[in-house]
Parts: sequence; C-alpha cells; structure tokens
Amino acid sequence: MTENGIGAAVRRKEDHRFITGKGQYVDDINRPNQLYAVILRSPLAHGKIKSLVTDAAKAAPGVVAVFTGADMAAAGVGGLPCGWGITSSDGSPMAEPGHPPLAVDVVHHVGDQVAVVLAETKAAARDAVELIEVDYDDLPAVASLDAAGAEGAPLVWDDAPGNICFDWEIGDAAATDAAFAKAAQVVSIDIVNNRLIANAMEPRAAIGDYDSGKDEYTLFTTSQNPHVIRMLMGAFVLGIPEHKLRVVSPDVGGGFGSKIFHYAEEAIVTWASKQVDRPVKWTADRSESFISDAHGRDHVSHAELALSEDGEFLGLRVDTRANLGAYLSTFGPAVPTILYATLLAGTYKTPAIHARVRGMFTHTVPVDAYRGAGRPEASYLLERLVDRAAKVTGIDPIELRRRNFIKPDEFPYQTPVALEYDIGDYDAAVDKALELADYDNFAQRREESASRGKLRGVGIATYIEACGIAPSNVAGALGARAGLYEAGTVRVNPTGSVSVFTGSHSHGQGHETTFAQLVTEALGVDFDNVSIVHGDTAKVPFGMGTYGSRSAAVGGVALMNALEKIRTKSRKIAAHLLEASAEDIEFKDGKLTVVGTDRSVAFGDVAMAAYVPHNYPLDTLEPGLEETAFYDPKNFTFPAGCHICEVEIDPDTGVVDVVSFTAADDFGRIINPMIVEGQVHGGVTQGIGQALYEQCVYDDSGQLLSGSMMDYCLPRADNVPNFAVTTNVTPCTHNVLGVKGCGEAGAIAAPPAVINAVVNALAEYEIDDMPMPATPERVWQAIQSATN
Amino acid sequence: MYEFNYHRPTSLEDVSEILAANDEAKILAGGMTLLPTMKMRLAQPSDLVDLSAIDGLSDINDTGDAIEIGAMVRHADVAGSDIVQKAIPALAELANSIGDAQVRNRGTLGGSIANSDPASDYPAAVLGLDAVIKTNKREIAADDYFKGLFETALEANELVVSVKFPKPKKAAYAKFPNPASRYAVVGVMVAETDSGLRVAVTGAGACAYRATEIEAALGKSFSTDALAGISMDAADLNDDLHASSEYRAHLIGVMAGRAVSTLGG
Repeated sequence: MTENGIGAAVRRKEDHRFITGKGQYVDDINRPNQLYAVILRSPLAHGKIKSLVTDAAKAAPGVVAVFTGADMAAAGVGGLPCGWGITSSDGSPMAEPGHPPLAVDVVHHVGDQVAVVLAETKAAARDAVELIEVDYDDLPAVASLDAAGAEGAPLVWDDAPGNICFDWEIGDAAATDAAFAKAAQVVSIDIVNNRLIANAMEPRAAIGDYDSGKDEYTLFTTSQNPHVIRMLMGAFVLGIPEHKLRVVSPDVGGGFGSKIFHYAEEAIVTWASKQVDRPVKWTADRSESFISDAHGRDHVSHAELALSEDGEFLGLRVDTRANLGAYLSTFGPAVPTILYATLLAGTYKTPAIHARVRGMFTHTVPVDAYRGAGRPEASYLLERLVDRAAKVTGIDPIELRRRNFIKPDEFPYQTPVALEYDIGDYDAAVDKALELADYDNFAQRREESASRGKLRGVGIATYIEACGIAPSNVAGALGARAGLYEAGTVRVNPTGSVSVFTGSHSHGQGHETTFAQLVTEALGVDFDNVSIVHGDTAKVPFGMGTYGSRSAAVGGVALMNALEKIRTKSRKIAAHLLEASAEDIEFKDGKLTVVGTDRSVAFGDVAMAAYVPHNYPLDTLEPGLEETAFYDPKNFTFPAGCHICEVEIDPDTGVVDVVSFTAADDFGRIINPMIVEGQVHGGVTQGIGQALYEQCVYDDSGQLLSGSMMDYCLPRADNVPNFAVTTNVTPCTHNVLGVKGCGEAGAIAAPPAVINAVVNALAEYEIDDMPMPATPERVWQAIQSATN
Repeated sequence: MYEFNYHRPTSLEDVSEILAANDEAKILAGGMTLLPTMKMRLAQPSDLVDLSAIDGLSDINDTGDAIEIGAMVRHADVAGSDIVQKAIPALAELANSIGDAQVRNRGTLGGSIANSDPASDYPAAVLGLDAVIKTNKREIAADDYFKGLFETALEANELVVSVKFPKPKKAAYAKFPNPASRYAVVGVMVAETDSGLRVAVTGAGACAYRATEIEAALGKSFSTDALAGISMDAADLNDDLHASSEYRAHLIGVMAGRAVSTLGG
C-alpha cells in the first residue's frame, strides 16, 4: 500500500479546523454592511391569506425592508423548480403545483414562508416580524396519507384531485399475477416507514450578496451541491445567468440529504439583496428547521410475497402511498419511485415484481431524500416481509434468504425492476456477519438475558442499494431533469504541489482526505502537498454535488480520470527530460522512472518543467500541467451487505436496548477504512434512531407536535453499543476505482435488523409485527395485548 | 429573546426591592428552564434578577439530623457532594439523573422546585423525604408546597433560600426517563423517614404527589410483592406524545417496585 494512498486509514485533514472551532460555516461569514433576514412563517397548515399588512413592520426600528409573496411575484420571480418529473401509469405527467418562495394567497403547511423582514440586527428583524399583520382564513387540512386519501378530503391543490400527485408503476403486473397464481403460499405485510426530520447539527443558513458595481451575485449557502443551486435558482427562479451568479457552500455541518434541495430562503436572500443593494443574511433556528427543512420517509405500503413450496420467491407485489408534503421538493417525486421501487428485488432472485406507487400531497413540510432516500424504505419492507415469510414457512430466516440470493456466478444480474446489478457476494457478507456477531452462541446470551429478566432477540437484514447516481441517459429516461455526471480538475502547481477542484462537496464525508489519498496514490505526491477544493462555483468547473453515496463512485472516478490525463502528460514530459519513450516511463515512489533502469526524474521537476518550459517538447506538447475530466457513470453501483442486531427488552417497561450490532458491508474498494467505519457507525446510529426513537408527529389539523428536541428523540451515544464492523469486497466492475460508496448503508440496513430483533425477542408472545419507532409504550402495549 | 434589564444583586433585600419595583421581573437561578423559554419568545420578563452573586445560597450543610442545601446549589454539586452521598445517596443519584452534564452544571435546586415542572425530578425528593422549604419569608412543609401544574405555595416575590432534607432511614429513587428530553415520564421516590413511609411520584400528574395506596401497601409489607395488586388510577395522569396515562399508571408501579427492590424489599 502506498503511504497515505488508497486503503490507508489516514487521519482527516479537515478535522483540525472542525475540532478547534476554526471551521467556517455560513453563519460564521459576515459581509460588510449586511442586513439580517427573518422569515414570517405560517402558523396554520392550510389557510387563505385574507390580508397581509406590513406597515407597522416596515416602520419598526432598524427595519430596512419587508417583502411578501406579492412583491416577488410582481417582480417576476419564478417558483422553486422540481428536478425530477414522474409520469403516471396512464401517461399523464405528475401534478406540478407552483412553489413560490414566499406564499401567494394561500399557505400550505405550518412553516410555509409568508414574508421576510430585513433589518440592521437580527433582534430588530425578529421584533418586526411580530408586527406583520396577517389575517388568515383557516381552511381544513390533511396531514396524513390516510386523511389525504379519504373520500371528500380537503384538497391541497385543486389540480391534484384525491391529493394524488402521480400514480406510477414499475415491473410486470401480468407476470407477477401469474407468479402469484402458482404460489404455494403467499405472505403479506402492511408496513409503515415512519416520517423523520433530518436534524443535521448545523441548521440551514444563506447569505445573498449582490454587487451592484458588477451586477453580480454571490450566494453563500449550506448546500450539498452549490452548482445545482446555481443552475436551478439562476435558470428557473431569479433569471440570473451562470456567469453572474457564484454559489459558495463552505464548511457545512452535515446534510444527510436535507441540504440538497433548492430552498426558498436561498432565492429570498439573493433576490432581496438586489432590492436593497446590501448583503442579506438568514440563519435558521432549530425550531425553524423543524418546519422548513425537508422531511424524510413517510410511506405506507401493502406488500405480498409469493413463494414456492421450498421457499423460493416467485413474485412480489407492492402498493405504496408516499407522502410528498405540500409542495414538490427538488427531488421529492424521485425518492419513492425511481430510488425506491427499483430496489425491490433486494439481494434476491425474485423473477416477477410489480410495484404501484402513489405520491400524495398533504399539508405538511415537503418530503424529500434523507440518508438512503428510497432504499431504506425498500429494504425495510423486503426484510420484514422475508422474516415474516420465514415464520410462515418454518424455514430459518437466514436459510430462506440464502436460498433466494443472487449467486456470484449470476452477475451481471438484470432485476425485474430496471436495475442491472454488476457484482456481489451476499453469502460471503452473511458468513462474515454471522461470525463477527457470534451468532451461533445467541441462545446462550438469550438465557443469560432471561436470568436478568430481559427478553433478548436477534434480527438479521440483508440489503442492497443503488448508489453512485447516475448514468445521465438512464436518469433522463427515468425523469431526471439534470445530468448526473461529475467533474474534477487536477492542477499541478509549478513546484509540484497539487490542487484538486472537485464537483463533489464534503459536509462530513472527508473528501479532503480521501480524494487527497487518490492523488497521492496516482502521482506519488506527498499527502500534505495536496489540497482538495470544493464547494465554490467560482473555483470548481462543475459538479452535481454529494448525495446518494456518489462522491467516490462518480466524483472520485472523475478525479481518477483527470489524474490519468496528468500521468499521461507527465510521462511525456519525463520522456523528454530523460530522452526516453513515454511508453517506457512509469510512476514509482514519487518519481518518473525509465522502466528497468534507475534513471528517473522527480515529479516536482516534471511539474517545474511544465511551467518553465525551457527543456520541453513545445512542438508537440503545451506547457502547464492541469487536466479536467467529466465522468458520466456507466451504471449505478450496488453496495450490499448483512447487518445483525441483538436487542434486550425489559418486559416491564417495554424499553428496547440495542446490545450488539454487527455490520458486514461490501462497499467495493475501500479508500480510507477509518472513514468508512465512521460512515457505518453514523448510518447505523441513524437507522437505530428511526427504528427505536425518532418520529415526526403531526396532529390531524397539520400542527407539528414533535417540534423540538424535547419531543423529537434523536439517538445519543448512550443509546447505541459499540459496533462490530467488517467488509467483504467485490470491486465494482464498471469504474476504474472499483468503489461502490458507503455513506448510506447503515441507515438502510439497521432499521430492519433492529425491528427483526425486536419481533424475535417478543416471539414468545406471538407478536409478529412492531411499527417504527418501537417506543417503550408500543412494545409494552403489544405485550399487554398479547397476554390479555 | 426580547430585551430585558439584567440585575445581579448581592443581597436578598436588593432582590426584594427590584422585584417590588418591577412586576414583570423574573428571578434567574440556573436558567435551564427560563432561558430556553425566553429564547423561544414564550416569556418576556422586563427584568432578570440573577441570584448567583448572593452569599449564603450555595452551601450544603449537615445539620446533624438533616442535610440543608442552598437554593442556588447546582445539580452537579449535589450529585458530587460527599455529604449528600453519605447521608442521602438517593438524593445525590437523583440529582445526577437530571438532564445532562451541561444542565447539571447550571441548574439549581431552588430553581427546579420554584418552577415545579410536572416532569422534574427534585419535587419527588422534596416530597418523598418530607423536606422543609425555607424561603425569604417563612418555612413551608413539603406536604403543603406542591399545589398544581407549575403551582406552588410560594407567594409573589417569595423565593426559596434553602431546602432542609431530614436524613431518612433509607430512600431510593427510580426514574423512567423520557428518551428525548430525559425528564421524568415517571419518577418515584420511596423513603422511610422519621415521619413514616413516604412514596412520592413525579412526572405522572400535574405536580409531585404522594401515592397513598402504595404507602399503605408498603406499610403492611415492605416488598415488591405488596405492590402486586395495586393498579393506579390513570384518570388524572398526564397523557402526551411520549406516554399515555395508562402507561404512566403502569410505570408508577414498576418504578415504585424498583425503588423498593433497591432497598431490599
């Protein structure tokens, strides 16, 4: 292994500034003469604005301006666009209501933006917001999928009858029906994937800074993808051409998907800055984040699995209703369709699958991608269904899975739901997980738990996900309104240090470290001599950003391709310097060497020669040493694995404790094992959070009851055990790095592993289902019902 | 927050003066409830009167038959006090179960019981141990102190100066924490005091109260078995997102049992 190269557990470059308080987050940035923006948000889930009077607010001390939806509409500001179009089964396009940054006439969820106050201080802006007089007509609201779909339910949008945005399907209904017709047994499940609130540690913030001298704009924003924001906001909302709009995402304190989307506040501060010709800064408080950051999950499904006598999966049919919230968020429609239903084969050879998904509107915060984005929903449904099938058929749950796994010699494997998996070895992951979890001795541990009055259970989940999103033509055919390639520029500086400009964005992933490792590996340049630049559209040519575990698989490969171009050119320069042929030059230990000799030249000298081309093949080669590559992936990548969870339940209180958790994942080639382990820890913790602790609760009138950390329970360090983590590697077959991505796996596999363990622990009560989160009261009530 | 005037007087007399002159003034002890409330703009005091500079409110003393704890003593200091750990270990453990480390470094005994949040822990100890609340005007027995939801016997401008906890023969506190806030969904203190067996419940009702049926049962037989037949009436118990009144009723029995178990019953 190259020192600090691929595979090394190098400590992260970014950590120094993060743990010494020297990070620079959007809220740390202050622009000269800036104003502070505070947003007036709707207290109602659904209301008609009868009157909106801003005079008192405008006259309040320190206030410079107050803007409303009417002001922005009059100025021709466009609505926030949706980046993915879904077509219903009947060929009709999805309902696509307008999404103005500040509401016009009607508010559609608690938290909906109504007006913005700009003032000299944040306190003055807060005080003034309370002086805005809004008279609402309180209208009936629907918050849940059941309420939205009920006969005669109030409509969120007039042109979405039945509150249906789309009614979409995938797979072969006829083949699936035929499979069910010959099934020996059919197992079904009704299952809910609970709604979550991301709660990244850093709340969202945005600063719009208009330069009237140059007629140019800069937006500082807590985004996972600044170029995407530039494109969406510039093209669709504010009509600003790219060359006049710079978007900067500096240090960002976590995203988990919630910072992908183009949000109203970004457009508001940018537009407002121009109106007043001063920078405008907005930072959310936590309570505001709860009602304005996109929420996640919120599916209700009915699924059936058809099996043969031997437990072979013959067919799967799924009917899912997905809550989209009140407006279409940037990728909202794609999450419960393309990113979900295409994963319903899981790791199994089920030959016939059909899924119907209805996306529905409700008077709640828009729902969009959250760590896993569609794949946790698919895995949870599948793995609970498979466990139930194991019980019904009497086949051991691990054996049942193995019988249906796609085997290593069956790849590439075309699933019945569009995706073609490249490679995998699911049995190996199971073997590794079982061993690391000491599964064989579970019975002993259960007895020991029982001696302490506790019920112990073990749960297993296998998963697969589609990452490295995505091949642009495939994505386009599926409704994506953007390309999904990535870009990377490698600039070798004259003295041999390297600056990389990547379209990937790091908001916790550690790219400044892992991408530097790629450079060290490829060029032999010292790890400390490499810097990775990201998050600034003025510095980085282009990029689609970071989500969907795509950075290594797409951004990293773009970087590899640029590095390959650097290597090629370097060899030519070295060949000239060494009077040899370029084909005979190899990179070795930071030097370029003539193969089979000890004649070499240091990479630094090659760089110097490129920029001071006195001894240089100017006839055939340009000076300089900088290369860019745009990489469009050939396919998704398919990380997969097996997670095993053991829980202890206190039957007196219903409290569930995760006492052990084992993860065996196939992420393809691993760049930095320490960072990968960290990703697994974080993902698993979030998955445990979903399974046991977190629930976003709305009441029937659309009021958010879980509006703060007092009521929305995030998992803490004392809620999780130490994790046992291992990997099995089957390198991705279609990218030069062999990487698959690792960021979301934990959040995908952990929930079913935990719930399967809870159900297993409660087996003696014949409780065969447990909703998420499996709170103490729910578990206790289930035990009561079973024993009465 | 809204704007306010900040005072940091050095005597109780000065505190009284400021309170008398400003009827929208509020006392600031640890601020762990008041400051978040102000930050969410749910409270708008005109003045904050910070007690932290007043001498004599931060002592822990062993007076022989009791432990007297000043109103401004932080939870972390009660938890870590050798005096309390030796004489009333259950009280030190209860203090150690409040909130988290940061909250315990700031929150105070006086602030907690003056506020009397139905889910706070200290009221169970004050009531369970038959404590005496000393204010700047009089002494109030625990049984006369907790009145209702956020309602105590304290009059306007009356503040807690210290709490005297008689040393019990034995005492234990069992708490079922809210997983999100770590407040008490149900907290039960069982104590054998000089005035008899006391069982105080917090988290379940509008304020801390004595579970007289449990006291009676344990009086006959101090054992977890004695609790077997008792079912608490769920009717007046709190019902919220985290626990129904039925579940709380059940938890009272479980937590009482755990406290009894700890005490060898």
